[in-house]
Amino acid sequence: MPLTTAMPTQPNLPSTHWRAGMPSARKRYSYAFLDEGAKREIRRKLLKAVAIPGCQVSFGSREMPIARGWGTGGLQLTLSLIGPDDVLKVIDQGSDDSVNAVNIKKFVRNVTGVPLTTDTRVATLIQTRHRIPEEPLHANQLLVFQVPIPEPLRLVEPSERKTRRMHAEADYSRMWLYLYEDIVRFNEITVGARYPVMVNGRHLMDPSPIPRWDVARLNQSEALLLFCAGREKRIYAIPAHTDVEPLSFEDFAFRVENFHGHCCSRCGCAGSFLDEVIVDESGRRTFICSDTAYCEKMRRRGAAADAAQEENR
Amino acid sequence: MKPILQVSGLTKRYGPGCPECLRRTGALHETNQCPHCRSIIACREITFDLFPGEVLGIVGESGSGKSTVVRLLHFDDEPTQGEFRIKLNGSAGAACNPDPGRNLFALGAFERRQIRNAHMGIVYQNARMGLRLKVSAGGNIAERLLMAGWRHVGQMRQRAAELLIATEVPVLRIDEPPQHFSGGMQQRVQIAKALSTRPAVLLLDEVTTGLDVSVQARVLDLIRSLQQETGVATIVVSHDLGVIRLLTSRTIVMRHGCIVEQGLSDQILEDPQHPYTQLLVNSML
Repeated sequence: MPLTTAMPTQPNLPSTHWRAGMPSARKRYSYAFLDEGAKREIRRKLLKAVAIPGCQVSFGSREMPIARGWGTGGLQLTLSLIGPDDVLKVIDQGSDDSVNAVNIKKFVRNVTGVPLTTDTRVATLIQTRHRIPEEPLHANQLLVFQVPIPEPLRLVEPSERKTRRMHAEADYSRMWLYLYEDIVRFNEITVGARYPVMVNGRHLMDPSPIPRWDVARLNQSEALLLFCAGREKRIYAIPAHTDVEPLSFEDFAFRVENFHGHCCSRCGCAGSFLDEVIVDESGRRTFICSDTAYCEKMRRRGAAADAAQEENR
Repeated sequence: MKPILQVSGLTKRYGPGCPECLRRTGALHETNQCPHCRSIIACREITFDLFPGEVLGIVGESGSGKSTVVRLLHFDDEPTQGEFRIKLNGSAGAACNPDPGRNLFALGAFERRQIRNAHMGIVYQNARMGLRLKVSAGGNIAERLLMAGWRHVGQMRQRAAELLIATEVPVLRIDEPPQHFSGGMQQRVQIAKALSTRPAVLLLDEVTTGLDVSVQARVLDLIRSLQQETGVATIVVSHDLGVIRLLTSRTIVMRHGCIVEQGLSDQILEDPQHPYTQLLVNSML
């Protein structure tokens, strides 16, 4: 059963509240908060971004009711793409219930009235911060990433003018050199999150600070992947079924995180990305799934299987 | 014998420019600044050929435009006018072999960079321009290899080590940044970097200026022996006639952006024709 929550768009306010008697957010703002001009611009820029996979397209980032750097890019994409038939899921590093995710979720619901969900399979539009949901996405879904630094070459070149020229000429030797130096110094590539990837064999792209675990899953994705940095005013995209290759050397292959056989202490699953958590004052550590909705699903499935086994006995 | 590199009518102007510029500057007028619009004509109508295996010298005082010529040939700067052609034998770097009839200055930035990476090496006067001083020596050499499409760390390190041995830099210091090196060693790393992809043309821009005499001699020795081994066609830019005498077979003398004399190096040094060249030869220590 989908975990869709149907809540009223306007909570019942006491008559002394300053907003009492005012029309709801839905009525005070145009649909999905952004004015139609803004939405149109973002959609146009998105078309360009999809047409040139991995290429950063600049756009006029609008003021949002949350601070820049807190997901305004992702939020603007979500708001300009969302429609009344959509079902929204927002995650923050895999969690549906963190403050950032909950605030964004509530805001979008207040200005559009769309239903919310935590179930990856049910959602049509997923906004995410630094994770890709564990469950495989399908062709009718959009995944919107919040991006802090859209420029993968920023690490090696501070000047925007120069990085743009480097992208135009596909001159990525500086990034390769950075990885080479990393190997020389540490005998492995130490880039954890924000691992640079080559999209469609042409553009070097910053996949936002998702772990390497998720970088490997960008390749030949079923769903359309959209990225937006509100502070840096850039939109880029990976269309479905596009080649996405993490940079790697012939003798130093790309590796994802290794959990050394640990599995989730809640759902017992071993095939997901795990967070290491300190559980008590003695510093004892445990591992749990980073994707909370997936973890919950697996836990229920496990419980149901246990119950069925019990019955059979 | 056919030239490997042809330059014709190469002109570089810094400034707005006016119809008077070319008429009122040059060696005859004893200036390279246009009195009318104040533009600097760094070099004007430079035409020369470079033949396979040859070492060509460009000599002149500071501000004569000799470095500008080399930088234009390395695509570091856009020329105002002029044509530049490279003719290679079929074997050398077939993938990015430029069409011999093509004016390289008319190509796009991407293609020019491809050609530069495949066929040209440059050594600057200041190691800061040619090297990343904070990146390891091996990394500096690897950068050129990476540009040429190498993607195997082990092979790149091996090639870097070979080159450092050839240029007499201690291989143990392969992972040290060149900012820890002496000036002479930095120049050697630059030479190793320039030669790493076996270029067809090597450009040397005042390589020994600023080094003390004994180090100068060793660097020049190294360049001469590497040049003879690899047979790379080389352009040597220097204000020092000693360097020209030691390395080159043919020389161009430049002044105020113009070529005032050219010919065999021995001939120019023994029997200079132009008054400026005579002055230059006479002022040799």
